[in-house]
Amino acid sequence: MNKPNHAGSPANPTIPNGSGAAAVLAAGIGAFALAVLAVAGDKSALVKTSLNLYPPTGPLSGVTSVAVLLWVLTWAILDWRWRSRSVAMRPVNVAALVLLGLSLLMTFPPIVDLF
Amino acid sequence: MEITSRGLWTLIHGMGFGALYLLACSGALVELYRSTISSVSQESTRGQQRFLNVYLITMAVLAWAAVLSGAYVIYPWYRAVPPPGTTGLAMYPQRILMSSAATIGWHTLGMEWKEHVAWFAPMSITTAAFVVIRYGRDLRNHPQLRTAVICFTLVSFLAAGIAGIFGALINKQAPVQGGHVIQLASGGGK
Repeated sequence: MNKPNHAGSPANPTIPNGSGAAAVLAAGIGAFALAVLAVAGDKSALVKTSLNLYPPTGPLSGVTSVAVLLWVLTWAILDWRWRSRSVAMRPVNVAALVLLGLSLLMTFPPIVDLF
Repeated sequence: MEITSRGLWTLIHGMGFGALYLLACSGALVELYRSTISSVSQESTRGQQRFLNVYLITMAVLAWAAVLSGAYVIYPWYRAVPPPGTTGLAMYPQRILMSSAATIGWHTLGMEWKEHVAWFAPMSITTAAFVVIRYGRDLRNHPQLRTAVICFTLVSFLAAGIAGIFGALINKQAPVQGGHVIQLASGGGK
């Protein structure tokens, strides 16, 4: 039978929150980058052509590949900077969720048409 | 009883990866709530934590498999451009939808939104899985990180839900067809 591990009591976190904060903020930034690229590809013929990395899939291939690359890169940099630190988590959460919310809105075609 | 290779890929993408992912989301949300927030629950055992880790990794794999198969296998068939002079559009779903005012919205709103919003699902669940695995049972001591994990899992569920609903409805309006025919069973007379 498995027993609970009591390392790190509720009052004493054992791992700094920096690594988690880096992952959370990077995801918000990555999602927002995807939305910005999608809008840019929709509005600019030059950007659309530049993002056509795999012709059968079209500009979607570039939008998603570049966004995923930016996400992973941002994540790696933030993790490297914050891994051993504790950071203020509330502003990180707010920023990440606002970016995610904006990303959901900016990919919605009627809103894209407003730009 | 037969199915085309493109129909089979659409089935694998939608039902195999997408629908299974959506089903897994509800389980993940309940378990994350139970193991990190609920005040009535007991602390997770090592086995329960290991199960949650494997569960979330499996979800991330399913989400990535769904978007990658969608973007690089199904979507090229969906958006294929018919050669000049083609009269039948059955093999060109996007063109079928765009050929009528009654169906064009399925492409201009449905597919245009689905093809982008779907990617938020793997990004969000990968983030949630990383945080849960990185912190393990110590996550109970990081209330803000717990909130982020639950929110990211919810966003992932929402994004996958939007993509899944539009995918199913678009495929109903203009199914991806073609490829070689796979015989599943021979029809026997009664």
